[in-house]
Amino acid sequence: MIKPVASSPDEVRDAANVGKVRDLRDVADTAGETRSARPRYSLWRRLPPSGWIGAAIVAFWAAVALFGGLLSPHDSGEVISVEVFAPLSAHSPLGSDFLGRDMLSRMLVGARYTVGLALAAALLASITGTLLGLAAAVAAKWFDEILSRLLDGLICIPSKIFALVMVAAFGSSVGVLLLTAALTYTPGAFRIARSLAVNTVVLDYVQVARARGEGRLYIACREILPNIIQPMMADFGLRFVFIVLLLSGLSFLGLGVQPPAADLGSLVRENISGLWDAAPAVIIPALAIASLTIGMNLLIDNWPGAARRGAGGR
Amino acid sequence: MLVRLILKRLGLAALTLLLVSGIVFSIASWLPGDAAQAALGQSATPELLAAMRAQMGLDQPALVRYIHWIAGLLTGDAGRSLANDLPVSDLIAKRLPKSLLLAAFTTAVSVPLALGIGILAAMYRGSRLDRALSIATVAMVAVPEFLVATLAVLVFSVQLHWLPALSYIPDDPSLRQLARAYAMPVLTLSFVVSAQMARMTRAAVIDQLDRPYVEMAALKGIRPARIVLTHALPNAVGPIANAVALSLSYLLGGAIIVETIFNYPGIASLMVDAVSNRDMPLLQACAMIFAAAYLALVLIADICAILSNPRLRGT
Repeated sequence: MIKPVASSPDEVRDAANVGKVRDLRDVADTAGETRSARPRYSLWRRLPPSGWIGAAIVAFWAAVALFGGLLSPHDSGEVISVEVFAPLSAHSPLGSDFLGRDMLSRMLVGARYTVGLALAAALLASITGTLLGLAAAVAAKWFDEILSRLLDGLICIPSKIFALVMVAAFGSSVGVLLLTAALTYTPGAFRIARSLAVNTVVLDYVQVARARGEGRLYIACREILPNIIQPMMADFGLRFVFIVLLLSGLSFLGLGVQPPAADLGSLVRENISGLWDAAPAVIIPALAIASLTIGMNLLIDNWPGAARRGAGGR
Repeated sequence: MLVRLILKRLGLAALTLLLVSGIVFSIASWLPGDAAQAALGQSATPELLAAMRAQMGLDQPALVRYIHWIAGLLTGDAGRSLANDLPVSDLIAKRLPKSLLLAAFTTAVSVPLALGIGILAAMYRGSRLDRALSIATVAMVAVPEFLVATLAVLVFSVQLHWLPALSYIPDDPSLRQLARAYAMPVLTLSFVVSAQMARMTRAAVIDQLDRPYVEMAALKGIRPARIVLTHALPNAVGPIANAVALSLSYLLGGAIIVETIFNYPGIASLMVDAVSNRDMPLLQACAMIFAAAYLALVLIADICAILSNPRLRGT
C-alpha cells in the first residue's frame, strides 16, 4: 500500500508564508540546513575537490584585492597605448581598453572595488542579520514578532528592483551602493539566523544554562552563537555572491560605481563596444566576475553544516 | 478549510503589496530635489516653482500624495512621466506585453530543460552524472547574466554571424524574424533560471526518494527508474511546481540586464531608463509591477505547496 505522502507541515507553512523567500538561491542552498557542529579539523579534510577549487579561486581573488595594487604595472588612468582594444601582449598582459589604458592595471583596481564593496556589504548584512536573529530568539515574543514582520515586508521587493529605486532616489555613490546591498540582504540573513537560533534555544544545554541563571546576553553569545556560526558563515558566502552579482549588474547598467572609479562590472560596460572585435577588455572582466562568484559558490556548496544535499546517501 | 487558507494567502499578499508600495513611495519621494525642480531645472524662479508644485500636487503632505498615488494605481492612472509627459500607463501598456512574451518563451524553454536535468540527477543520485550536474548547476547559478549575454553575442553574432546582436522585432514579424530576435535573450535568461530550477527539482524528487514508500517499492524489486518515474514523481508534483514558480521569479531580475543588453523594448529596460532620467512616477509604477509579479509567483508557489499537501487538502 502506498500512503499519500506530503512534505512536513512545517515545510509547507514555511514555503507558504508569502514573501518568505527572497533569494531563490537561498532556498536551494540552505534548505535542510543541519546544525551539527563538527570538529574544526575535519572542515578542510572533508572538502571535496570542487570545494578545494572554489577555495583556491576565492583565495586568489582575496589576494588580488589585497595586494593587486602593488603589482599594477601602470596607473589605472594612464593611457599607455595608441591602440585601443589591443590584444594580449608582453607590454600590456591583458590588452588595452577603449581609451588605450592598460587592462591589467584597471582590472586590479576594479577587483579591489568589486571584492571590497561586496565584502563590506555582505559583512554588514550577515552581522546585522545574525545579531537581530539572536536577539529575536532570546528576547520577548513581541520583539520577535515586530522584527519578523518588518523584515518580511522588505524581503518582498526583488533585490534588483529595490536597488534601482534606491539609486534613482539617492544617486549611486559608493555609500549608497554599500547601504543598498546590505539592506537588501539583511532580511535573508536574519531569517536564516533566527530559524537556526530558535531551533537551538529549545535544546537541553540552553535550558540548562537558563536554569543555571545565565543572562540573555550570555545565552545568546556563549550558548547559541557558537552553534550557528558555521551555517551562518556559509550563508555569508552566499550573500557575498548575491551582492557581487547585484553590484556588478548595476555597474553594468551604468548605475553602480561611477567613473572615474570602476569595478569589474563597469569595466565590462565601458568596453562593451569592443565586443565587435572580440576584445579581451570586455570578456576578461566579465569572466573575472564569474570566476569569483562560481568559486565562492563551489566553496560554500561543499561547506560543512550548509546544505549537504543527500548525495551518496548521507 | 483549504479555500480559507488560500484566501488568507491572497489577503496576505495584497497586504504585503500595500506595504511594498509604502516602501517604494517613501524612498522615491525622499529625494532632496523634488519633481517640480527636476521638471523646471535649476534656474526656475521660486514663484514658478511654487506654482508648478501646486499644479503637480507636491504642496500637499506626503500621506495625501501617497493616497492619491495608490488610488490612481488602482484605477489604472499612474500619473505622467516626467521625461516625456506621456501618461505612465500608456508607456507601460506598450511595453508590458513584450516583456510577458519574453517571459513566456523563456518559461517554455527552461521548464522542460530544468525538469529533465533535475529528474535525471535525482534518478542517478550520487553517481558521477549527478555530481557533474550538481557542480555544473551550482556554477551556472552564479554566472552573471551579462557574461552569458556577451558570450552569446560574441559567438552567434560576431563570430558566426547567425543572429543580430540587438533584438529588433518588426511590426509584422515572420516566424523566422521572431526566432532570430528572441533566440539570444531567451537563451541568456533560460541559462540561470533553469540551473536554479533544476537544483530545486532534484531536491524535491530526492525528498520523496528518502521516504519509506520508496524503500518499500525498492524492496518489492521495482527498477530504480520506474520508482522515480511512477512512484516518486507523482508525489513530487506539488513541490516541483513550487520550485518552478519560485525559480521563475528570478526572471524578474534577469530581465533587467537582458532587456538592456539586447535593447529589447520591454518593461525592464523602460525601468532602467526611468532610473537614468530620475523619472519617479514611471519608476514607481514599474517597481510596483515587478513587485506584484514577484508576489504573484510566490503566491502561486504557495498555493501549489498547499494543494500538494493532502493533510491540508483533506480537511
